[in-house]
Amino acid sequence: MLSYAIKRILAIIPILMGVSFLVFSIVYLIPGDPAVKILGQAATDEAVAELRKDLGLDKPFFIQYGIWLANMLKGDLGTSITMRVSVDSVLIPKLINTLILTGGSLAVCLIGGLLIGLLAGLKPYSWFDRISMFFAQFGANVPVFWLAIVLMWIFSIKLGWLPAFGMYDMRTEGSTWSILQHLILPSIAAASVSLAVMARLTRSSLIDAFNSDYVKTFRAYGISEKNIVFKHAFRNILSPILNMTGLQVGSLMGGALFVEVVFSWPGLGSQLYSSITGQDLPMVQAGVLFIAISFVLVNLINDLLVASLNPRLRH
Amino acid sequence: MALLEVSNLKTCFHTSRGKVKAVNGVSFSIDKGEIMALVGESGSGKSITGLSILGLVPQPNGKIEDGKILFKGENLVGKGSKEYRQIQGGEIAMIFQNPLTAMDPSYTIGNQMFEIIRSRGKVGKKEARDQAVKLLHLVGIHEPERVLSSYPHALSGGMRQRVMIAMALSCKPKLLIADEPTTALDATIQKQILDLLKKINKETGTAILIITHDFGVVANLCDSVAVMYAGRIVEYGETNDILSKPVHPYTKGLMGAMPEFQEPGSKGMNRLIQIDGTPPDLIELPEGCSFFERCNFATNLCKKAFPDATYANDSGTQFVYCYHSKEVV
Repeated sequence: MLSYAIKRILAIIPILMGVSFLVFSIVYLIPGDPAVKILGQAATDEAVAELRKDLGLDKPFFIQYGIWLANMLKGDLGTSITMRVSVDSVLIPKLINTLILTGGSLAVCLIGGLLIGLLAGLKPYSWFDRISMFFAQFGANVPVFWLAIVLMWIFSIKLGWLPAFGMYDMRTEGSTWSILQHLILPSIAAASVSLAVMARLTRSSLIDAFNSDYVKTFRAYGISEKNIVFKHAFRNILSPILNMTGLQVGSLMGGALFVEVVFSWPGLGSQLYSSITGQDLPMVQAGVLFIAISFVLVNLINDLLVASLNPRLRH
Repeated sequence: MALLEVSNLKTCFHTSRGKVKAVNGVSFSIDKGEIMALVGESGSGKSITGLSILGLVPQPNGKIEDGKILFKGENLVGKGSKEYRQIQGGEIAMIFQNPLTAMDPSYTIGNQMFEIIRSRGKVGKKEARDQAVKLLHLVGIHEPERVLSSYPHALSGGMRQRVMIAMALSCKPKLLIADEPTTALDATIQKQILDLLKKINKETGTAILIITHDFGVVANLCDSVAVMYAGRIVEYGETNDILSKPVHPYTKGLMGAMPEFQEPGSKGMNRLIQIDGTPPDLIELPEGCSFFERCNFATNLCKKAFPDATYANDSGTQFVYCYHSKEVV
């Protein structure tokens, strides 16, 4: 297990290198000249050339990448072109906000998905199973931004139960309670697809477990149904569920980025949205890199957890 | 009184296409200490017969529609799941075809054995371990401690089947149902497992119902044999009688399809017999004999009604459901 963990951790170094290269080159390839963008269309060619030199944009691609990578490793994320402040001072609070939203939607996805999946799987083909699986099919295919708008319309505008946008009430200091209230709708919107996937996976894994030979064996030896469900079935559906959770955290983060724009949640998604439209290259690069690194780390943690559950990998 | 007496058992599955009559009026009995075989091809209803006896008909579609299963004189059909749990494992135990998947992969062998042993009344941890070690010795495992702390994937198929048998014996059942116990194992291991079953039968007096499609297993092990076809028993008798003088065309066909039952005296390999056609649809069974379409002896009589049992020998121990059994011999 230890050697597996070490191997798995070492393996993220090349992954991160590849990620950084991709992030840099994709952003580099975006059409449009940031120098022109900053100075405006009316700027003289000399002014543009000078600014390009200041920003290091006149150097060859690989030199630019090397400089950028070295700075990243030193913890220097650069300076925002449009805001003229260091990128990390802007992005790190936003990253935390995005992680809060991702955490909220992960909680919704896990609690809702597992609960629905278990209830449906314990009594397959019951009316609860049929209705919930119909909605799961629906939920898995709903566009996130559309659901976000519909939820906002119903629960904020028509019913007035929950705040429509932002992360906390601007008139007060951001209390935890206020953040939680603001968190509900965006979390549900971002979680819908993952919740549906999770519910369906939980249901089908549980049904598979009940149809497995070992459950038949335990029944044949008179083991109580309680033990079969709680000790054997639940233990064996844990691995697929953990695996799926790891995958879903990625798509939850992706969903959160969309939802942030709709709900004006002050996270990475909103920030990236305005940075991309403003062609703020350092900001976009660092933002995308943050997301990629979170993704890699989540997968690492997930793999280690799954390995620790599997007796074949543990020994 | 027989240990187990099954009479006119009918187990059906309700599907969207209609009612599948998997077991369609099966009757047989097993005495204490007897080893009996249920033989037939895939889909003939032998496994479902075994699961019906143990109250494990697959849910939610399966149901025992008719018949009686008398175990020590007590009818098991219609018992609630709580009452049945006393029978399952305690009185009747079952081992399955594939020992690779028949154990929970997430727990050690010991954990699972202790769970089964401790599910029967109050047994302390230490006591359960002692019992497990003793059982593993009984099934011929020499390093019980190592096996107890292993996960199922770490053992070979033969070892796993031994462990399964040990688990089945943990509650001293009167009847052991073995559903294709050797099918998933290689030939050398098969022999060992069959010998083990024979030894257990001798030493503990446990009656065994073997479900198999392999006449080799029958010849090796069993006192009596019932041949099943399309949910019904078509021939029943003592192993020696059936093997030396099968009187149902289907039994004869089955044995003709096995290389080890070639007529003695014939030189070299005879061409093996093949039974043409496929078994009937269990949803729309023909009114007459279900083997009608594949049978060389069939006449119009066979089409009309399923034949009654007739004795095939003078002592009345072998009987057959066929109008033309006299011609088969």
